[in-house]
Amino acid sequence: MLRKLCVIAAVAMLTAAPLPSLAQGKKDSVVMGMTLEPPGLDPTNAAAAAIAEVTLYNIYETLTKINEDGSVSPLLAESWQASPDLKTYTFKLRKGVKFHNGEPFDSAAVKFSYERAAAPASTNKDRSLYQAFTSVTTPDADTIVIALKYSEPNLPFLLGQASGSIVEPKSAPTDVTQPVGTGPYTLGSWAKGSSMTLVKWPEYRNAAAIKLAKVTIRFIGDPAAQVAALLSGDVDAFPRVGAARSLAQFKADPRFSVLIGGSKAKTIVGINERKKPLDDVRVRRAILAAIDRKAMIDGAVDGFGTPIGSFYTPGSLGYVDTTGINPYDPELAKKLLAEAGVKTPLELSLKLPPPAYARQGGEILAAQLAKVGIIAKIENVEWAQWLSQVFTGPHNYDLTIVSHVEPFDLVKLTEPDYYLGYKSEAFNALYQQIMATPDESGRAKLLGDAQRMLATDAVAGFLFQPQWITIASKKLKGVWKEVPQFENDFSTWSWE
Amino acid sequence: MSAPLTASAAAAAIAPGARPATGFWRRALRHRSFVLGAGLSLLVLGAALLSLVWTPWSAYDIDVASKLHPPSAAHWLGTDVLGRDIVSLLLVGARSTIMVGVIAVGIGLTFGVCLGLIAAARKGWIEELIMRLSDFTFAFPAVLSAIMLAAVAGPGMLTSTTAIGIFQIPTFVRVTRGSANAIWAREFVLAARAAGKGSFRITIEHVLPNILSILIVQATIQFALAILAEAALSYLGLGTQPPQPSWGRMLNDAQTLLFQSPMLAVYPGAAIAIAVLGLNLLGDGLRDLLDPRLARER
Repeated sequence: MLRKLCVIAAVAMLTAAPLPSLAQGKKDSVVMGMTLEPPGLDPTNAAAAAIAEVTLYNIYETLTKINEDGSVSPLLAESWQASPDLKTYTFKLRKGVKFHNGEPFDSAAVKFSYERAAAPASTNKDRSLYQAFTSVTTPDADTIVIALKYSEPNLPFLLGQASGSIVEPKSAPTDVTQPVGTGPYTLGSWAKGSSMTLVKWPEYRNAAAIKLAKVTIRFIGDPAAQVAALLSGDVDAFPRVGAARSLAQFKADPRFSVLIGGSKAKTIVGINERKKPLDDVRVRRAILAAIDRKAMIDGAVDGFGTPIGSFYTPGSLGYVDTTGINPYDPELAKKLLAEAGVKTPLELSLKLPPPAYARQGGEILAAQLAKVGIIAKIENVEWAQWLSQVFTGPHNYDLTIVSHVEPFDLVKLTEPDYYLGYKSEAFNALYQQIMATPDESGRAKLLGDAQRMLATDAVAGFLFQPQWITIASKKLKGVWKEVPQFENDFSTWSWE
Repeated sequence: MSAPLTASAAAAAIAPGARPATGFWRRALRHRSFVLGAGLSLLVLGAALLSLVWTPWSAYDIDVASKLHPPSAAHWLGTDVLGRDIVSLLLVGARSTIMVGVIAVGIGLTFGVCLGLIAAARKGWIEELIMRLSDFTFAFPAVLSAIMLAAVAGPGMLTSTTAIGIFQIPTFVRVTRGSANAIWAREFVLAARAAGKGSFRITIEHVLPNILSILIVQATIQFALAILAEAALSYLGLGTQPPQPSWGRMLNDAQTLLFQSPMLAVYPGAAIAIAVLGLNLLGDGLRDLLDPRLARER
């Protein structure tokens, strides 16, 4: 028995020893960690943010590129011009670009991609944007003209998202498993459930500027395992890592750089306004008054968040601080519940998806609500269940906690089937007015009104804007700190 | 699992109508593993009872400002990630643990013993049916049946406890039938039959009392297994739901903090180990003490 143990120990040591050294000493390849594995590799047909994290600007490209600071620069389009009413845009396309399969990139491919996204059967997460295109015309192979139903000053930004990836018409149906784009990388291999490799495409138009020949992406869901993988050197970089609690250790370690950046995400307590008594604004305001945002941020995300009072994030156009509209005030909460004629204890279901912010935030929320006489019955659910029960389908829930990572998604609140069930003619009219206002200062003012309206209507328990943590090897350069959207631009990465 | 085997061997050795010796408690107090096992089990039971009347802090009070405090005079074992007192959580967690054990073993014992006695008394196709059904149930691990139940009825303590209970039925069926069969073959049962007693009366008056000690031993072991299963299910998020404290969920919560506060995982881990070790030692001790042949050898 003892001999057997010795053999096992020896084998374990032999296999374990070379691992940390693997990540070092290689100058043209990198191992990146990711929390979730993408369900496929076509960002134009599914909403999962993990798809964009792999493909955007790496495999596929878009007409424009959203930079680290949120600004927009040319990518497949060399330049563009908007009409004064911001309803018509003319893009001049880059010449001589090819897809991975050798087909040429031209205005026909762009027209095909956008019309595919707008098709009735399309599952593009931004389908409503592409359906707002009244026409997509191609005067010549290098020019594309887009006409919209309304003024859209953000169009160049919106087209830089993964949902606007330009696909090649012939290969588009198989993009899910065999992606074909114009980007600097192609899919090397994909070991489902474990890892994926992207390899540099030698025929890329600017191949000399791409430093990494190979990128391996490892999928590690468990936060403790993520920390271990970084510490052992198994992964060189981990964007959006779940390591908030081990941060001090990484900061003290000279091998790592720790980047903490803002986001456009909004973590909220979803309140189902289709259900009684939650359709009463006083009950919703009571719930908001019972929430101590500071305790929530400290407990759910270890302090890495900024309080928000509405469905909008600091740093965006026209942001106003609305946290004062629904301050933490348990006495007010009790009073509002009494006014609404709600008998306490009021029992509500609280369905929580898997991330730690939701599970821990849920326990804190339940404890805070209990103090004002609301019993939140916690039910932990998996993502698939959450999507089918809460988000789509029957909207069978009272309360939930979730983080919305898309930038500028006020439009969701005008959609009648959105899971929050918010129905307000006034808000819909205001949103139309925002869309019809081309000048920036006028829009900023209207956006401020919209935020105040959402806060006053207590559409949801607006909690905080989360901050994302990226940990990378100190020698790895070009890793983004700010994260305007979920992406990893490998073309900017290089080893020192 | 050698328990059913030793148990039936013990059954064969028990004399007709034999009761444990009058000096049971005297022998018991000299039996080291029994004393240790009983002590540890009582410790867990005591913690659970104590939590009904007193805990140092409320196990449900969240105080984020004082999260992850090291052990101090106020919090003897410190606080967890949401600022709850570890000692209070462990005490209340003991209650969940014992409740799950009692209910699950109750389900297993009630159904398992009834079915096992029927199988032994009836023989024939009824016995075949019961035994094949229990083989069938045996093929599903508790965790799998709990996942199936949770998918249908939603996760929760009731679901997980029921699943663990159902999983325990076949074990009791097998032990009961095996040892009951041995009793049915004895001369005093034949005599009872000759005297005109029916199967039901014989089962109640002769078979059940003679296999009781085996069942008690088996129940203690199953109790320990139920505690482990509950901890595993709660760890997976299928057992006790928040905010009700549970040792398994405490382990789960501690997992992400292994690098920062490893002790958070040690406390519930130690609690589970103590409970399971205590019950196993208690079961071992009881088996020795209730088995006259082993007692004579000593």
